[in-house]
Amino acid sequence: MQIYLPIAEVSVNAFLLLGLGGMVGILSGMFGVGGGFLMTPLLFFIGIPPAVAVATEANQIVASSFSGVLAHFRRKTVDLKMGTVLLVGGLMGAALGVVVFNYLKSLGQVDLLVTLCYVVFLGVVGGLMFIESLRALRKAKKGGGAPAKRRQRGWIHALPFKMRFRTSGLYISVIPPVLVGLCVGVLAAIMGVGGGFIMVPAMIYLLGMPTKVVVGTSLFQIIFVTGFTTMLHATTNYTVDVVLAVLLLVGGVVGAQIGTVIGAKMPAEQLRVLLAALVLVVCGKLALDLLIEPSELYSLGSEGGH
Amino acid sequence: MLKRLIALLVFCCTPALAEDEQVVLGLSQDRVAITATFDGSEILIFGAVKRESPIPPGPPLEVIVTVAGPSSPVMVRRKERKLGIWVNTDSVLVDLAPSFYAVATSGPLDSILLDTEDLRYRVSIERAIRSVGAAMHIRGAQDFANAVVRIREDEGLYSIRENTVAVDEQTLFRTSIEMPADLTEGDYAARIFLTRGKEIISEFETTIDVRKVGLERFLYNMSRQQPVWYGLMSLVIAIAAGWGASTAFRLLREN
Repeated sequence: MQIYLPIAEVSVNAFLLLGLGGMVGILSGMFGVGGGFLMTPLLFFIGIPPAVAVATEANQIVASSFSGVLAHFRRKTVDLKMGTVLLVGGLMGAALGVVVFNYLKSLGQVDLLVTLCYVVFLGVVGGLMFIESLRALRKAKKGGGAPAKRRQRGWIHALPFKMRFRTSGLYISVIPPVLVGLCVGVLAAIMGVGGGFIMVPAMIYLLGMPTKVVVGTSLFQIIFVTGFTTMLHATTNYTVDVVLAVLLLVGGVVGAQIGTVIGAKMPAEQLRVLLAALVLVVCGKLALDLLIEPSELYSLGSEGGH
Repeated sequence: MLKRLIALLVFCCTPALAEDEQVVLGLSQDRVAITATFDGSEILIFGAVKRESPIPPGPPLEVIVTVAGPSSPVMVRRKERKLGIWVNTDSVLVDLAPSFYAVATSGPLDSILLDTEDLRYRVSIERAIRSVGAAMHIRGAQDFANAVVRIREDEGLYSIRENTVAVDEQTLFRTSIEMPADLTEGDYAARIFLTRGKEIISEFETTIDVRKVGLERFLYNMSRQQPVWYGLMSLVIAIAAGWGASTAFRLLREN
């Protein structure tokens, strides 16, 4: 069944969108990531204009994160205080990101920026995660004890403006979480992702938060940052397509719940290797697009910034 | 009333053509409604040639039908390899290019229309695009205009279909123009040219109204006129869906 998207002004198959939403939803439920980093490139691929894809994906992430965070609230694994500090940085970052996005759009370099961001971040995060999880797998096979907790005690603890985060059991400066939030906010606005795949490792390794509160807290922060991004895109670029968002999120939220069930039945280390491999595949595909001569050298855009 | 006005306008505007033969036109529909399930449309364009005198001898009557969507400037960018990766470098602004352009003819275009007439009436696809302001310092500025045509032809937005206008007895003609699903809204101009011996002897123009309707219209207007409410509505829908799914599955699992 074809459906005409009022803002994107293209006609696409509704079941294709539901299917995409469902597939990405299953993956996001399995791995505990938002799935934006997979969905946005897929939307480019089926012909949704990049600006609409990025803005609408932000809206869809609100839905999937909200669905996820409720489960974490019930388990009391959300550090509201830390989430709020991250959020302050996140909102500033999102505003900055939209400004950068609009500026580059006027230069005609927004596609390049988005793709480069994807390649760099997916490559780094995927690579690190792959090495880490392989190491963990090997350790698990040898039957060694629990992996040593890494807590940086260096410069991060020397910074001023210290604050106590009871749920996380931390007493650290607010500067690193604000900066982490800022970076993730910029990425959310530019890449149309929640940024969980960056924030989760940053919270564990950089801030030293306990793993059990990390996912819930990042989801809490992501809801507000992507919500804010949606509003910014809706009011400055008019690129949020609510029909597209609804189709994606219906598939997405159902898929996420199924994925959570599947994920709970698989061992954590193997899940991490799989996720890392997935991230690297997406990264490789995007990198190839930059390196191989495109079949069409020309592209059409509208005049100026809009 | 409106028809009479248009007829009058056509009559006033084209005194240059000695119109012994005039078009009487019919359209299967003069408006295209873009609904949520819009999947393209086919418009039947048919008509007759009205003349006071017998059919003139000489080359037969040929008919050209064009349908053009609203025109807007298009920024065309070219990729080049820089530092090993392909990035957009040069760009040219094509002043005006229609969002949709279809030409249907009763014979091969170059054998029923003079190049000078094409230039004057902007009939062929290449002529329908205007790029006078193309920067001359960029190598191959014409390539950019050609790229617009090539890309939009690939997307099915521009098309030329020769020999698709059927002409009976040099009097009746009909053709159908297919419009793809990815239409932008606006006034689409349909023009009908009658040619004889490669010269245009009569021109007729009418508009086809392409509009979003119903939910599409409502959402589009809202996103432009009340962007704040539109954004909030999108968020509320997203949160409701997320909450709904999570609750539904929890209930399912508990039972």
